[in-house]
Amino acid sequence: MPPPLFLKREEESVRKMQNALNRFIPFLRRGWYAVLAGLLILLWLVGRFRENPVLFAQFMVDGIRLGFVYALIALGYTMVYGIVRLINFAHGDVFMVGAFTAYYATTRYHWGFVPAMLLAMVVCAFLAVVIERVAYKPLRDAPRIAALITAIGVSFFLEYFTALDFVFTPNFINYTPLPIKFKTWDVAGVTFSNIMFIVIAVSTMLLVILWYLVYRTKLGKAMRAVAWDKPTARLMGIDVDLVITFTFAIGAALAGVGGMLYVIVYPQIRTFLGVMPGLKAFIAAVFGGIGSIPGAFIGSLLIGMIETLSQGYLSSTLRDAIVFSILIIVLLFRPTGLFGEAAKEKA
Amino acid sequence: MTKSRLRFLGQSWLFWLAVCMVFLVVQWVMMPRMTEFRRTAWIVFPCIMAIICLGLNLIYGFNGQFSLGQWGFYAIGAYTAALITYHWAERISYPVQGIILRVPPLLQKLIPMAEITLFHFDAGKSLVLFIALLAGAVLAAVVSLGFGYIVLLRLGSDYFGIATLGFTVIVQVLIINSDQVIPETKGARGMVGIPQMTSFFWAFLFLILTIVIIRNIIYSSVGRAIISVREDEVAAQAMGIDVLKYKTVSFVIGSFLAGLAGGLYAHLYAFLSPGYFSFVRSFDPLIIIVFGGLGNMTGTLIATFLWAISLEGMRIWLPQGFEAWRFVVYPIALLLIMLLRQEGLMGRVELGFLRAPKWPVPKTLLREMKPQAAPVGAGNPQPAEDK
Repeated sequence: MPPPLFLKREEESVRKMQNALNRFIPFLRRGWYAVLAGLLILLWLVGRFRENPVLFAQFMVDGIRLGFVYALIALGYTMVYGIVRLINFAHGDVFMVGAFTAYYATTRYHWGFVPAMLLAMVVCAFLAVVIERVAYKPLRDAPRIAALITAIGVSFFLEYFTALDFVFTPNFINYTPLPIKFKTWDVAGVTFSNIMFIVIAVSTMLLVILWYLVYRTKLGKAMRAVAWDKPTARLMGIDVDLVITFTFAIGAALAGVGGMLYVIVYPQIRTFLGVMPGLKAFIAAVFGGIGSIPGAFIGSLLIGMIETLSQGYLSSTLRDAIVFSILIIVLLFRPTGLFGEAAKEKA
Repeated sequence: MTKSRLRFLGQSWLFWLAVCMVFLVVQWVMMPRMTEFRRTAWIVFPCIMAIICLGLNLIYGFNGQFSLGQWGFYAIGAYTAALITYHWAERISYPVQGIILRVPPLLQKLIPMAEITLFHFDAGKSLVLFIALLAGAVLAAVVSLGFGYIVLLRLGSDYFGIATLGFTVIVQVLIINSDQVIPETKGARGMVGIPQMTSFFWAFLFLILTIVIIRNIIYSSVGRAIISVREDEVAAQAMGIDVLKYKTVSFVIGSFLAGLAGGLYAHLYAFLSPGYFSFVRSFDPLIIIVFGGLGNMTGTLIATFLWAISLEGMRIWLPQGFEAWRFVVYPIALLLIMLLRQEGLMGRVELGFLRAPKWPVPKTLLREMKPQAAPVGAGNPQPAEDK
């Protein structure tokens, strides 16, 4: 139907309003004001830095330390999501099991740092494989929500079963003695601890290994192929189930190390330990674009820094609200996260 | 027009009869135990939970928007309603003297009471409660309109779920810090001093209202539009359905119901703790609706009552010294149910009143249709259920 030649006055005003709105929408799309907001935040940070550079540097250092721990957990979330499109809520509790394993290995059996770490990796990987075989594999062809519910169920099970007296303990445990002697150095007022260097070194090493595994080996190629297109990967002769199991195992092994490092940094252990770091790491994965490995790493660093900075400068009790608000705002501008590709999913 | 409406009522008389019967029976069972609160809460709480779950079922089951924000709206409704009754319930009072019936000795074996008082209530306090519930629900709806419109505009599927999860966390954090602005909520210590006013009557009344409203929405043209958005957004848009509008509508209605349930919850236990509104609990309604069957009202109702009663009942059923096993048994049961019945308890079967109403087919249409095609047109007109 061609547009009428003569519009009534009311229709014309409506048309004008629509035109104005239509002109406004590309403005929203282009996101100039997002850049503006980013600049304002940057300006604010610079102001804070000039106010007290030492404090600012200290917050950054703490944020990086936290971010590296989150990165180890977030990678598990992001790899699993990338391959089976499942938000694996049990991942945080696998992380908790890693923390407990390391704790018992180092305090009760007096293992060293590295063997305890390897043990945590193995235990967590084994646990994740069992979980995947029992709870997720039978539901691979079911609607995605069924697997999500079983993931929540597994998470509850791990939390409450390990809280029984004969498994771990329902109480808080203080991690003493730590497997590493705690040492600090002051460099121009900023405190560095050896734990921070260990966290960063171990995480970086594992991330390099992971990068090599995913981008330079045949298994990694298979993982990427499965993430890209499962049926075609199967046609190409890739054992999809095996690849998925491997992905769960690798993610859980990283989470196990993450759990150990987390309780060394914050030496208090209980069976609900994994809930909050798990959620934060998950956010970090979403922040960086869930399904993308570099995204998860950068997202974790950002979340760690946002957390320490907002805790330090704004409000320590409102910290989680600030982190989540930033997440929601970022998602509104980039619906698939910072580095995520547009999802090609079909319900 | 009038004729079809009358016939439509005619189909649901059995439902109203059942509602009255259930109410009377439960009330009869509960009446001697009214004074002892913990013996009545086990049946009142599932009614409240059912309201939330029906709301979430509208959002996720029928409209396909994966939302974990229901718990946040529940918290908003609870705190709003509690703050209103905290201030006003003590000041306004208009007692209504009811009828006192003496129970004859023969009947006392059936009803172990000497006398029954009917319609004995405080009209002023009830009015305050009603207004408080409504205010909580409306505030939740307004917040969800703002939040939902902005977020639904850009995000879908998992990302919407993550944003709403974030909303729940934000609401909880704000509640913990709320005592700096509103001292009555007492922040992290939990709010006390709320009058205990939710009786089975109120919870049941709002549950029935919710069931009727949701059911009538689902089987209207709005409901068909909502379901079509779940089935295929692109196709729905191609058919001229304003996808964003129907997503927002279902989200706002669901949140309204969550706010209402929150108000009822606040006056049930007369204590609100921010810990209860943590995001971990926000999975409960999701678990229930998946367990009952997504997009299935009968299933949701049955699953809610099964869930709530068995979770509370496990305190009694589990042997002595095994109380900590409650949450070990629960996830195992959850796993088994999910592995054995992925489509939920009821699948796509609706029962009784909740089935699609049989609309009378106009005679002109019947004349036009071929004989073998007639039953299809006369039967279920909604296509989404037989996918």
